[in-house]
Amino acid sequence: MAYLKIDHVGISFQRGGTTTEVLRDVNLSIEKGEYVSIIGHSGCGKSTVLNIVAGLLEPSQGGVLLEGRAVSGPGPDRAVVFQNHSLLPWLTVRENVELAVNKVFRGQKSKAERRDWTRHNLELVHMAHAENKRPHEISGGMKQRVGIARALAMEPKILLLDEPFGALDALTRAHLQDQVMEIHSRLGNTIIMITHDVDEAVLLSDRIVMMTNGPAATIGEDLRVDLARPRKRLELVGNATYNDARAAVLEFLYARHRAPTLAA
Amino acid sequence: MVHSARVVALPTPKVAPPAQSAVLHPLAPKPVSVLSRAVHIGKGIVTQLAAPVLTIAFLLVLWQILASSPTSALPSPLKVIDESWEIIIHPFKVGNGIDQGLFWHVTASLVRVGYGYTLAAFVGIGLGVLLGQSTLAMRGLDPVFQVLRTIPPLAWLPLSLAAFRDGQPSAIFVIFITSVWPILINTSVGIRNIPQDYRNVAKVLRLSPIEFFTRIMVPATVPHMFTGLRIGIGLSWLAIVAAEMLIGGVGIGFFIWDAWNSSLISDIIVALVYVGVVGFLLDRSIAAIGHLLTRGTAAQ
Repeated sequence: MAYLKIDHVGISFQRGGTTTEVLRDVNLSIEKGEYVSIIGHSGCGKSTVLNIVAGLLEPSQGGVLLEGRAVSGPGPDRAVVFQNHSLLPWLTVRENVELAVNKVFRGQKSKAERRDWTRHNLELVHMAHAENKRPHEISGGMKQRVGIARALAMEPKILLLDEPFGALDALTRAHLQDQVMEIHSRLGNTIIMITHDVDEAVLLSDRIVMMTNGPAATIGEDLRVDLARPRKRLELVGNATYNDARAAVLEFLYARHRAPTLAA
Repeated sequence: MVHSARVVALPTPKVAPPAQSAVLHPLAPKPVSVLSRAVHIGKGIVTQLAAPVLTIAFLLVLWQILASSPTSALPSPLKVIDESWEIIIHPFKVGNGIDQGLFWHVTASLVRVGYGYTLAAFVGIGLGVLLGQSTLAMRGLDPVFQVLRTIPPLAWLPLSLAAFRDGQPSAIFVIFITSVWPILINTSVGIRNIPQDYRNVAKVLRLSPIEFFTRIMVPATVPHMFTGLRIGIGLSWLAIVAAEMLIGGVGIGFFIWDAWNSSLISDIIVALVYVGVVGFLLDRSIAAIGHLLTRGTAAQ
């Protein structure tokens, strides 16, 4: 049985009498420790899939099963790293992570253990040196790292990354991608990542799930990326498997399922 | 605004005498005497104060010149000091009835503002939270509030006199009804503006309603709240003077009205200085509290 199962999920939104069907019949099974990317053109509903798994949105049809149990409502077992970091500006870096740690592990860990655990997770993303800074005092890449530390600190069963590197410049993005790969190989997390960057998807993922364009978007193709880990971006430049995967995704996105505005 | 003024007013270092000795002895430690430091700080204060002091002096001289003619309807500054010397040097005088020192008049007004404004702060923030969180309450109450808030403060006074049959609670009610709207509206706007991301964080962490209130809603809304509280205190002070003119008794408003009826124009001018300074201090103190509570993120 799959670790996480998205089972016949569909969702429609109603606004002023008109109903828009955003997702139809989305099926996806993810094994424990897998890194799965969901890629598609903007507006296709890929973030909606993530929000349904997170429990922030309720599907109109179908449901999500985590370890065989139906998911209802959001919870720390499905931690989200939001696109724009979403750190609370009135708390320091440490307090932001601590808020999550204290909430999740109250009663399980002593105060000292919770403090150590916060520190440990900040060290994991190399942010312990800035623990007393406030979010506005650190760079965008650093904020995103703290967001990742906060999510990791919840010890989630599944980590949900919503375009985590989208707002970063190319160099910072590459650096952060390497860090996420390193964390994934060390901790073996199960990860779903939303992205619109083909290279990012191929480099990081075990599987790339490609979504068709909306309305009523669904999964068009599910591609396995058989590249050994650890992966080094420089060594993959001429790699045939890497290039094939990249070509397959590009072909899907730009030949078979072009963005609606471009196709018109 | 204050900050930018400070930056502009920063002393530009003139050619410092120690620089010459440093040229002669490059390895000698730079001499920094207590005296030179004191001079430096003194210079800073002088450059900061120079502009406002000069401006005030200029305005006083202008006023003196304009009001010096024998046919002038208003007294000149020197005449004000001369005629109102008694009330200027005896602010703490305790007499009979309304014959009190200006300090006691201002205190009486401040007490009324204190009651009305505190009530307005609690009700305004409470209703603001309700309106911000509940779309239903917003739909129902917002149109009512939008109409009520446009009613001028003094228009409420006859009605409140009819209801309370006493000056004191009526004045407090007028203060309340004047200052509650900006507090209420700014609080509800602040709550509506809490980014969805923060709400999502709270959901993922499964914060309880109380935790959400203290950890997210209050810190996210306090800057807006203090904008409202600051506008509210300003309006309260505007309203109290007018209200007191009508209800009588001890208070700076009635003092001014009484001085007018006794043709003591100089006393009115002294009282206006008190009103202005106290209003300024009220505004500053609310701003300072806000600054303290928001760790500097609220507008100063």
